[in-house]
Amino acid sequence: MALIETHNVTKRFGGLQAVGHMDFVVEQGRIVSIIGPNGAGKTTFFNTLTGIYRPEEGEIIFDGHHLVGKRPDQITSLGIARTFQNIRLFGAMTVIENIMVGMHPRLRQSMADALLRTGKFKKEETSAHDRAFELMAFVGLKEVGNELARNLPYGLQRRVEIARALASDPKLLLLDEPTAGMNPKETDEAVGLFRSLRDELGVTILLIEHSMRVVMDISERITVMDYGEKIAEGLPVEIGNNPKVIEAYLGRGAAELLE
Amino acid sequence: MEKGRQFHFSEWLQSLRTKLNQGKTPYIFSFLYLAVGTALVYLSPRSLLAFLLFISSALVIFGLRLETRYKVILAAIALLILVPIVGVRNIFYLEVIFQISVFAALALGLNIVVGFAGLLDMGYVAFYAVGAYTWAFFGSQQPFLLHEIPGTAPPGTPFFLPADAFYLFVFIGIAVAALTGILLGTPVLRLRGDYLAIVTLAFGEVIRVLANNLDKPLNLTNGPQGITPIQRPTLPEPLLNGIRVVLNPLVGHNVSEGDFYNLFFYLAALVVILVVILVARRLDDSRIGRAWTAIREDETAAIAMGIPLVRMKLAAFACGASFAGVMGVLFAASRTFVSPESFSFMQSIGVLTMVILGGIGSIPGVIVGAAVVTILNLQVLQGFSLYLSQLRQSDSVIPLINFAWKDLSTQLDPAKYQKMVFGLILVLMMIYRPAGLIPAARRKRELAKEEAKESSDDDDSGAGLEAEEVSHGAD
Repeated sequence: MALIETHNVTKRFGGLQAVGHMDFVVEQGRIVSIIGPNGAGKTTFFNTLTGIYRPEEGEIIFDGHHLVGKRPDQITSLGIARTFQNIRLFGAMTVIENIMVGMHPRLRQSMADALLRTGKFKKEETSAHDRAFELMAFVGLKEVGNELARNLPYGLQRRVEIARALASDPKLLLLDEPTAGMNPKETDEAVGLFRSLRDELGVTILLIEHSMRVVMDISERITVMDYGEKIAEGLPVEIGNNPKVIEAYLGRGAAELLE
Repeated sequence: MEKGRQFHFSEWLQSLRTKLNQGKTPYIFSFLYLAVGTALVYLSPRSLLAFLLFISSALVIFGLRLETRYKVILAAIALLILVPIVGVRNIFYLEVIFQISVFAALALGLNIVVGFAGLLDMGYVAFYAVGAYTWAFFGSQQPFLLHEIPGTAPPGTPFFLPADAFYLFVFIGIAVAALTGILLGTPVLRLRGDYLAIVTLAFGEVIRVLANNLDKPLNLTNGPQGITPIQRPTLPEPLLNGIRVVLNPLVGHNVSEGDFYNLFFYLAALVVILVVILVARRLDDSRIGRAWTAIREDETAAIAMGIPLVRMKLAAFACGASFAGVMGVLFAASRTFVSPESFSFMQSIGVLTMVILGGIGSIPGVIVGAAVVTILNLQVLQGFSLYLSQLRQSDSVIPLINFAWKDLSTQLDPAKYQKMVFGLILVLMMIYRPAGLIPAARRKRELAKEEAKESSDDDDSGAGLEAEEVSHGAD
């Protein structure tokens, strides 16, 4: 069953077409990658999925809901969470608070509940707080809960971002270059973590990634973008041998050479 | 090198605190400090130093490691018993403390907007004006003077509402200011950073100019002359007489009705401050407060976390505005007079200065900021001016350079350099202590099991406000 599908999604900035006519499907429970050279429109495509940009044409259907025109916070509430290419944690908040911010759409307390410290409020805060610790344990963060996010080393910040995204109980998790800047060991651990997210939490994962090692290792399907358009789609093996893909990455000469 | 110097100072402060925090020392020290301060102010009601010592005992009580219960008792004694006695003895002190309270409440309200949610509001006083004019209009004869020339009231014009409608208008002031906040915020809060600052600045001016000019076609605000008299709530005479029995001998003269009104508004301002602190702390430690901080830290990421940006910003704006509104109602009643002059752009900047000086986002910091700025403004600079003019009249000469004081230019008047002094202070703060006098801190959270253990360990250290918090540190 398709969890998210897009039809003919097009996003332009002035005369520049950043994403063009994207028809794209992610099946429930899959790990899917989007690859492509720099500037291919991958992140812009993410931003149209999460409502930060509104596409000029096309439609996006997620879990039975039409997403085009919805606000980002509404889309998050429906079950799409994301991480950012350049880590965007709330630096002056502690790790736990960062994760609790991620729970925002799931919490039901009102301003009056918070002011009067009602039983409902206390119960919800306690369970949110416990859940934050669970998520920290799940992504492998120990004893850093009370550290300010900006004081953590890079690798741990990536983990906090994932825990924060998971806090909204997403059905679909969008990871934007999640292993950028990691050393090989950290990368292997991250790949293991992504698998366990899918296997243990049942989250469908869509990732943008540049590291071919990661992409070939983890992806069940790969979509290749270039100049805003989809140029290839398929299993990792198929993509690796696709001349169009090689051309996009290495230029025509290289593609011919390989043939 | 600058870094090093700053380090030295905070290290020295830290070691002083550690020394004072051993065993029973903090209890004895804080008590003695307060007692000595009170005694000095009581004995020499004109001494500025004595007053500063007295005021700073609040910092000592707050800063030392004391059991919360002890802190609360000591603070209550100081605020509810000592301040009224000292203040009625020298009514100028009560005025200073009242102004500190008013500005502390305003600064705490602005702190929700600027400190928590990170929305730079340069026209905050506008909401204060809205609250003040709400009661000024309905609590005076103004509704009957709509067609009169400003400044003229036919003799025998009655008041529009009974004086005790004041209590109702405290709440109406909150509602009207909050509504104004929402009305302004709806179009404006889509802007970011600098743009928001400029629009709020303009809004502050618009409200002031409206107050200045709404004396025609209908005379709503009485124009630049302002509205007066504004009613104050009635105080029950028997109660006053009862208090006089105790208070008269302590202050050494008969306590007048005016003194009681000053006390009443001082206590009312205290209540507002307590409510603001409670509301700010509770909101800060909830889903809403976390959303505000998230917006402040990174708007894009906050949206992606499912935070409805405009609604949360509006909530912050309305919260901050409502506290300004209630202080406005209090202000109008306490002065029995409002005019557009009280709501100038400099006032907005003044409140913002308090927030920045004290520590953006930090509740104790903001209160200290309000106290420092107000005292500097009302007392230190003016006291210094007075001192210089005394020197000028004397025959003394500065030795070595042979400069006669009487040759000192009369232009050199520190009270006139208020803005320059504030500017200097802000510049120095930004260089040496950018997070403010008392930087904001984040709350620490532990797993439920560890929490129980932790709190039993910590029991007699008496948490206070800070013990459970992680310091922001100097960034």
